[in-house]
Amino acid sequence: MTAHSTEQQREAAATPPPATVAMDRAQAAPAPAAASILALNNIEVVYNRVVLVLKGVSLSVPKGQIVALLGANGAGKSTTLKAISNLLHAERGEVTKGSILFDGNEVHNLSPNELVRRGCIQVMEGRHCFGHLTIEENLLTGAYTRADGKAAIKRDMELVFSYFPKLAERKNALAGYTSGGEQQMCAVGRALMSRPKMILLDEPSMGLAPQIVEEIFEIVKDLNDKEGVSFLLAEQNTNMALRFARYGYILENGRVVMDGDAKSLSENEDVKEFYLGISGGRRKSFREGKNYRRRKRWLA
Amino acid sequence: MLGPIIETFIGGLLTGILYSLVALGFVLIFKASGVFNFAQGAMVLFAALSLARLSEVMPLYIALPLTIAIMVALAYAIEFLVLRPLINQEGIILFMATLGVANFLDGFGQTVWGSDIYKIDLGMPKNPIFIFESVFPGGLLIDPSELIAAVICAVLVVVLAIFFQVTRVGRALRAVADDHQAAQSVGIPLNQIWLMVWAVAGIVALVAGMMWGAKLGVQFSLALVALKALPVLILGGFTSIPGAIIGGLIIGAGEKLAEVILGPVLIRAFDLAGGGIENWFAYVLALMFLLVRPQGLFGEKIIERV
Repeated sequence: MTAHSTEQQREAAATPPPATVAMDRAQAAPAPAAASILALNNIEVVYNRVVLVLKGVSLSVPKGQIVALLGANGAGKSTTLKAISNLLHAERGEVTKGSILFDGNEVHNLSPNELVRRGCIQVMEGRHCFGHLTIEENLLTGAYTRADGKAAIKRDMELVFSYFPKLAERKNALAGYTSGGEQQMCAVGRALMSRPKMILLDEPSMGLAPQIVEEIFEIVKDLNDKEGVSFLLAEQNTNMALRFARYGYILENGRVVMDGDAKSLSENEDVKEFYLGISGGRRKSFREGKNYRRRKRWLA
Repeated sequence: MLGPIIETFIGGLLTGILYSLVALGFVLIFKASGVFNFAQGAMVLFAALSLARLSEVMPLYIALPLTIAIMVALAYAIEFLVLRPLINQEGIILFMATLGVANFLDGFGQTVWGSDIYKIDLGMPKNPIFIFESVFPGGLLIDPSELIAAVICAVLVVVLAIFFQVTRVGRALRAVADDHQAAQSVGIPLNQIWLMVWAVAGIVALVAGMMWGAKLGVQFSLALVALKALPVLILGGFTSIPGAIIGGLIIGAGEKLAEVILGPVLIRAFDLAGGGIENWFAYVLALMFLLVRPQGLFGEKIIERV
């Protein structure tokens, strides 16, 4: 009981959130749509016609930026990305409400292949390379929707190899036999081959060693800087994601509970508590953290 | 003694080619969609029935394109009614669906075209050819229609192999076979790919049905030829076009030779009645392969990273 009351005191004493952080999405207007390449407006997703997974998510990705979508397991990050790329249908999911604008056009009824054609491609969680195809063939499948000829595709292949020199070394290896890091690079490279304006990157850090994760994030940043590709990045690795993204949204239980630019998010006391496991400058024990989070969620 | 054995061997190879044709249809669909299409045999029968009945009322050169159109329409119907609603489901569910399609097609073919035995006359030379008459007494007997079937089959295989390995669509087909959802995510339209592969499998079924029909007459038992394609697939590998061909040749030649060579041995050693070896030999061979090399001779290795 005493632990409980100190918790409350600390919460009361916590500094008020910075101005950019909007705690209540229902009242906050979505970011200006003019410069955004992707804008979700209050979308709802239902699986199997009964399970409501996203309960009104709004977010926007400005052109040429990296935006992070953060949250715990089951918060709805992957579902959000699949709702955008229209891969939900295969999992018996459906967008029942709201609108999704890509490059100013409503895309919510387009097939995944039409969306790729228009420049929005997803890199799925868990990499999903084609195991029985070589790395090179994997990359070529990414260019399936393109009609600008072999020479252009060849040029882009060289470009991908320049960003991922490891892939060039292993280009004749079957993707199924390459390492997890190489597969993740292959998946990102394959997406690049479609000449995207935007990549929906789902959990690139999954199951990879910290060094490799670092390497992949650096390349993502590079691609963003030099090729102007926008990224919507779903991550559980909050720390890493906020280092590379410019803006972040935090999902919990199918709702955006907080958003703000990356710097203010990573300095926010709540984010520190919930997702980085630090408060008052010290790392908390796991037990404390959980306790706090449970109460806080009930309040939200 | 050597003469008849060589003759049996060649006859077996030529029959084997026909098994290969049926197996080829299985491989195409399995490669592209990971579905074991139990309806392939029914498609062979349906194609043969359509061709046989259509060619009764019109010349073959009109009946053939018309049958091709029917098979493409059939592929479209299967894709739209069966596969599309089941996208991304477990392999076993799709397999059950094809089982349903197989039974439906068997019956539906008879409803539309009738259930008698029909003839397909391709106008191929019927008279057997004798070769090597100087080497063996009486020479070796070869059925020219089977020889033609073999040539057609070879051409089909070369075309398909090039298509799968080299072209953009072929690559997409292999990608779909590996991972439906990932293929979808990079912008490969699953529905179009499936439609295409079922249409191609339908046309391969037509070629197989045409050859078998010309040989045996078009009747219900044609659908059972598909069962012979199973050991062929296990031997050659479910994912390999060359495997389907080599597997067919091995099974075809093997079962004929077993009948001729193993039969007398069994009769002498165990005082059995002999005969019927042709019926079970292929399956025993397949079983042995399953124990030793489950992916078949040329099948894709089952990739497992440790």
